[in-house]
Amino acid sequence: MLRFILSRLVMALPTIVLVSVTVFALIRFIPGDPAALMLGDMAQPAQIAEMRTELGLDKSMPQQFFIWAGNVLQGDFGKSIVNDEPVLPLVVSRFAVSAQIVLVAVLLASLIAVPAGVIAAWRQNSLTDLALVGTATVLLSIPTFWLGLLLLLFFGLKLGWLPVLGYVSIGSNVVGGLLYLVLPIMTLVIHEAGVLIRMARASTLEVLRLDYITHARAKGLSESAVIWRHAFKNAFGPTWTMIGLILGNLLGGIAVIETVFTIPGLGRLMVDSIFARDYPVIQGCLLFVALSYVLVNLFVDLLYPLFDPRVVAE
Amino acid sequence: MTTDTLLSVRGLSLEVARTGHKVVNDISFDIASGEIFGIVGESGSGKTLATRALISLLPPAIRVASGSISYRGRDVLGLNAKQLRSLRGAEIGLVFQEPMTSLNPSMFIGRQLEEGLILHTKLSPEERGARILDMLRRVGISDPEGALVAYPHEFSGGMRQRIMLASVMLLKPALLIADEPTTALDAVIQRDVMELMVELTRAEGTAVLLISHDLPMVARYTSRIVVMEKGSIVEHGRTEDLLEAPQHPYTKKLLSSLPFRGAPRVVDMTKAPMVSVRNVVVDYPGRKSLFRKAKAKRALHGVSIDIHEGEVVALVGGSGSGKTTLGRTIAGLVKENEGEIRFQGRARDDDWQDYRMNCQMVFQDPYSSLDPRMTILALVEEALRLVPNLDAAAKRKRSLETLEEVGLDASYASRYPHELSGGQRQRVAIARAIARRPRFLIADEPVSALDVTVRAQVLDLFSDLQKRYGFSCLFISHDLGVVEQVADRVVVMQDGRIIEEGDRNAIFDSPKETYTRRLLSAIPALDHNATGGVTLKWRFES
Amino acid sequence: MKTFSLNGLIGGILIAFLVLTAAIGLVWTPFDPMKLSFTAKLAAPSAAHLLGTDEFGRDVLSRLMIGAQASVWIGFLTVSFATICGTLIGLVSGYARGWVDGVIMAVNNALMAFPGILLALGLLAVFGANQYGIIFALGIAYTPSMARVVRGAVLSLREREFIEASRVMGNGEIFTMVRHVLPNCLAPITVLATSMFGWAILSESALSFLGLGVPPPAPTWGNMLAAGRPFIQQAVWLGLFPGLCIALTLLGINLLGDALRDRLDPRMRGLK
Repeated sequence: MLRFILSRLVMALPTIVLVSVTVFALIRFIPGDPAALMLGDMAQPAQIAEMRTELGLDKSMPQQFFIWAGNVLQGDFGKSIVNDEPVLPLVVSRFAVSAQIVLVAVLLASLIAVPAGVIAAWRQNSLTDLALVGTATVLLSIPTFWLGLLLLLFFGLKLGWLPVLGYVSIGSNVVGGLLYLVLPIMTLVIHEAGVLIRMARASTLEVLRLDYITHARAKGLSESAVIWRHAFKNAFGPTWTMIGLILGNLLGGIAVIETVFTIPGLGRLMVDSIFARDYPVIQGCLLFVALSYVLVNLFVDLLYPLFDPRVVAE
Repeated sequence: MTTDTLLSVRGLSLEVARTGHKVVNDISFDIASGEIFGIVGESGSGKTLATRALISLLPPAIRVASGSISYRGRDVLGLNAKQLRSLRGAEIGLVFQEPMTSLNPSMFIGRQLEEGLILHTKLSPEERGARILDMLRRVGISDPEGALVAYPHEFSGGMRQRIMLASVMLLKPALLIADEPTTALDAVIQRDVMELMVELTRAEGTAVLLISHDLPMVARYTSRIVVMEKGSIVEHGRTEDLLEAPQHPYTKKLLSSLPFRGAPRVVDMTKAPMVSVRNVVVDYPGRKSLFRKAKAKRALHGVSIDIHEGEVVALVGGSGSGKTTLGRTIAGLVKENEGEIRFQGRARDDDWQDYRMNCQMVFQDPYSSLDPRMTILALVEEALRLVPNLDAAAKRKRSLETLEEVGLDASYASRYPHELSGGQRQRVAIARAIARRPRFLIADEPVSALDVTVRAQVLDLFSDLQKRYGFSCLFISHDLGVVEQVADRVVVMQDGRIIEEGDRNAIFDSPKETYTRRLLSAIPALDHNATGGVTLKWRFES
Repeated sequence: MKTFSLNGLIGGILIAFLVLTAAIGLVWTPFDPMKLSFTAKLAAPSAAHLLGTDEFGRDVLSRLMIGAQASVWIGFLTVSFATICGTLIGLVSGYARGWVDGVIMAVNNALMAFPGILLALGLLAVFGANQYGIIFALGIAYTPSMARVVRGAVLSLREREFIEASRVMGNGEIFTMVRHVLPNCLAPITVLATSMFGWAILSESALSFLGLGVPPPAPTWGNMLAAGRPFIQQAVWLGLFPGLCIALTLLGINLLGDALRDRLDPRMRGLK
């Protein structure tokens, strides 16, 4: 077990290094000279050269990388070109906003979708199954930003039940803050439930045709014991991995939801920075999300043996 | 033996729910308390479905069309779900073929065993624990306490099948349904598991319904047998009668399909061997991991073997004996770490092109050895692609002729592998191998994936072709019955070493090694009589 | 089997409709999609403008038809790019094994450690927010998944006996690869490429919605939705129809993908 945990941790290291290299390289590929950009149109060549030295841009690429990586390790992600704010606190505060939405949404979606998927598989080809799978396929085909707009239109503008624009932090006003989160979370739950129902159904079907399920039935166990005690745990592994992937993908793709509901989250920060060509912030966002994605998947991997003890032996 | 009827099946028919197609047709049989009763049939005979119907565990697509099943006078088909559940496990137990998938991989063995006891008995936790430990001990698990908190993947296939048996026998059912219980196991282990099953059921007075394609194995343990073909029972009788005086043509065919000892042939052993393998060592690299040094696993420990012109040499042994590795090494699919392989007097590695022209291989699994995206003709023609001095027309002609030779006429040429039966596919694989007219053929378990009657046909084909073309053959098999039929010489392997070799008759009649004797004890010697029946004699009965 | 035909049928019809609309849009649209009309601003759907007009009085139906072209074109190029690159990388990686495989897979895993849309966002910053920037960004973002799938297929094929049979026949590695390995990889490639087409259309509209995709005034479903957003209270159709187009297209692709998977999955074929 310890060996399993250690090997997974060690396996994540090269990925983390390569992810950092990729982020660093990506930013260096962006056309344009950051120094010139920071100084604006009126800058003199001498000023630009001075700025380049100050930013370390005159050094070789590997040197620049190690300086950058060293700073990142010390928590220094640089400063925003636009407003000179340090990047890390900015990214962290925005990340907190996005993360609360994503986490709650994925949790709710899993709670609804996984049992639904298992039931659909158990009653394969019945009307219940067809209805669940059909609904799931439709739900996952609806783009979140459109779904968000429709919900906004209906609950916000038509019915007036929920606030339409803006955001209040939960910390400052619990009830008000919650109200602002209802619609974005609902949007994500509806969409991701579609994905997860199908996933849970497929992996349960896979398990249900195995001999040990027949063996469990042949022992005289009730259907609920067969499904929940024997099938569910074994079928949950792939779904669990999927939940990890969804979590990461949502963190990366939440920009559209934040745009629809005007929420000041990480996604919106990243998009705004791309418009403003604020490289240090883009870089910080990319690195932060990619690393949290790696960590989420690592966490998912580490818990996987709970559902399938065989992975430890491999 | 008691004569009271435990289970009685009358006129049972099963059909595919959607199409009404009958998969089991009007079968009837009775099982008495404590008896061992056999159902024999090939794949597609409906034997498995018929027995699943006994405890109402049919797949959703299949339903009972008509008939009755009564267990101790109770009508099984009329029971509600709750009554059925009290019958399953407690009264009727079920053991499966595939030990790798029949235990829940994510639940401790102990919990899986306890589940049935909690459900069907009123024992206290302590009593349950004691019963489980006792049963695990009886099935031969060396560390029962440890096994309680272990997962199934920590045990070998044979051990898992013992645990499976323990799980079912714990509940002391009155009837045990054993569906191909040993088919997935090694020959030697097969016998141990069967003996264990018989011993346990006898001790508990449990009746056994033994289902298998393996007629001799079923005959060895049962008192009565039914033979099924295509969903119907074609013959029904006492085991000895059925074997010695079969009535139905299909039963006769099954019996005549059992491998028998072929007439000894003359092989010129004085000439230099065609294939000569010297001191071959193969190491498989160990799995590398960050915390483990890659430790090589030695699969072959310096193996030497000669194969003469026109000789069929059988390589036998259990799984992990290295027989397949040796075959693949000679074929050049695995690189030897040490040793030398010579072909027709020259080092094989000196002239690969010549070797490839003259050495071909037939693989075990006809479902995997043919490229699913190519037609039958294209598959055989590909074998001729690199043959020099043969134009396209000649290649096509030779391919069609070769297909004809293996019994597939021109109408098969444009079909795809998935449109063919297993036996037909294996014929294609043989056609592909002999199209080049090789001097040497390596056949790795060429008939073990086939049904009994098909196996006999393919073996006949193989012998005919061998006679016609006179190629030498390394015939790898775990099935000694087949080996007895085709081999001139037998080489026995265990743990990567050759432990015994010799003339076929010598090995089969007077083996020296215990391991060889154990292998042989798994198969019967047959005496065919005039009426198409056989007498089975088991070797080395202890 | 029954569900296959139904899924495939509905999916096929939806996709055929999409492609047909895009094709018709090449030669004919009801109105000039770019023509502004200040008299017909935000006109509700009517006989003249079947799906209404937008804030500049442009005909929504015409713009949706042109938008369909953008979706199909971007989807097609993205998928082609990712499929060709991914298949090549996967084949090489799966066949070479050893350190080559190690290096390729390490880079591949690093790229897959980015959520697809995030990597695309980063790459867009490099390539610039326009049609071809999107194609490259998405293409590169999707390549690793294709490479992984192809490599997996190659590795499992290598274990199959017909690949060994090819070696025993004396066929060279390249011949075996082209004749036996590649054709048998086509099933998983097709299934994945189908899903990718959906991802590409969704991502393109999401990026355009964010203003990072195809810049206005060229219409795409995503940027139409973004442009219509401030007006949806007065003009519901501006928020409704572009989204509906995206949703129906994705539904079609998902259904078609399910049908393909059921049909091509070897496990399903084995069960018959």
